[in-house]
Amino acid sequence: MEIKINLPLTKDKLKTLKAGDSCLLSGVMYTGRDAAHKRLFELINEGKDLPVDIKDSTFYFVGPTPKKDGEPIGSAGPTTSYRMDAYSPSLIAMGQTGMIGKGIRNDDVINAMKTYGAVYFGAIGGCGALLSKCIKKCEVVAYEDLGTEAIHRLEVEDFPVVVIIDSEGNNLYKTGREAYLKSLREDI
Amino acid sequence: MREISAEQITKTVKKLCIEANCRLPQDIKCSIEQSLESEPFDTAKGILSKIIENYNIAENEYKPICQDTGAACVFINIGQDVHVIGNLTEAINEGVRQGYKDGFLRKSMVKDPLHRENTKDNTPAMIYYDIVEGDKIDITLAPKGFGSENMSRIKMLKPSDGVEGVIDFVLQTVELAGSNPCPPIVVGVGIGGTFDKCAYLAKKALTRSADSENPNPYYGELEKTLLEKINKLGIGPQGFGGKTTALAVNIETMPTHIAGLPVAVNINCHVTRHVREVI
Repeated sequence: MEIKINLPLTKDKLKTLKAGDSCLLSGVMYTGRDAAHKRLFELINEGKDLPVDIKDSTFYFVGPTPKKDGEPIGSAGPTTSYRMDAYSPSLIAMGQTGMIGKGIRNDDVINAMKTYGAVYFGAIGGCGALLSKCIKKCEVVAYEDLGTEAIHRLEVEDFPVVVIIDSEGNNLYKTGREAYLKSLREDI
Repeated sequence: MREISAEQITKTVKKLCIEANCRLPQDIKCSIEQSLESEPFDTAKGILSKIIENYNIAENEYKPICQDTGAACVFINIGQDVHVIGNLTEAINEGVRQGYKDGFLRKSMVKDPLHRENTKDNTPAMIYYDIVEGDKIDITLAPKGFGSENMSRIKMLKPSDGVEGVIDFVLQTVELAGSNPCPPIVVGVGIGGTFDKCAYLAKKALTRSADSENPNPYYGELEKTLLEKINKLGIGPQGFGGKTTALAVNIETMPTHIAGLPVAVNINCHVTRHVREVI
């Protein structure tokens, strides 16, 4: 059963989400990966304004392929999230509530998620052609010089994700694997 | 001496770049479809079905399977009786330049590893030259995504570590990679050579068909043993749990020094792309 969520992801919405929940996200999210995160992090450290409204925002770690005529975006699946670990705690402290990527996060990120309230979603890695179908609109809002790494504002409809780490720190990478291994023991 | 023009090489490389990124090779498709049949865990089945849906969309609409259209790895075997008219390396890079532009592929290469300015045309290609007998040029194009590349490792084992040491290192590498490289993965293993040759073997292993076996029965058996052990780890598709952690293990070996046992593991995601053409 999929849970429909309208973005922005406010604190009351995210508190209800548990690791393993399948969700369909609709609304506005921002793209950002290595280079854009580095710039946002530097602005935060310098006490300067950010080029996007960070409060209750969801960031999708993605660098899309170029779009063809008539398409809003090219292929757009998640990139590996741990490369954003150095920057995510600062963004979460500034009000970011959702992250979409793939792969493990470190304890600093998970602690920030628990302290301030944020959720880490996974989209299926390597499925960029499929996921791009849920992206209806895409425009660059900052750092155009970074090309694919620029911050894009996306409008999505029923974008499929799974809660990997919830705001209490429960982690699907642990529980999913345990559940599978347990199912094997039960078979015997 | 047969003559082949640089333009012909450019044209071939361009075509291969686009084809490799939009159409998953048959061996990988078969392997994913077989995994879906043998996968007992429902979550994992769901993920594998989505992966199949994705590569079908990519092929039908001729768009990239994955947004990481990779570093353009080009394995090129040049017959010693071929004369290339023009600059061969530049011809390959021009093919990559044109393919990544006209194929709407992502440009992911930066000029300098520390200063990190994008080259904006996905060059340079990562080229592996080999001189062979004959009068043909054999090109394999294997775009390599970096989510999985980053999870790869090399270790200089001691000869006394033996096959057990190799098995442990491969399993440890897959375990450390976990969900990061987009499992189900293909595992390329290089054993022997020198430090650098060993890493090359691991990468080359990824260009071999997923349903092939090392021609040496000992290593063919080791491939099966490793695949079985990896698929008992429980990581599963996307790391959400399941049997299907790896689709294949390919091993390539070469002679090595009396003092050493180098082993390299190059991991690839389920979008393991390789396409070949002989000119």
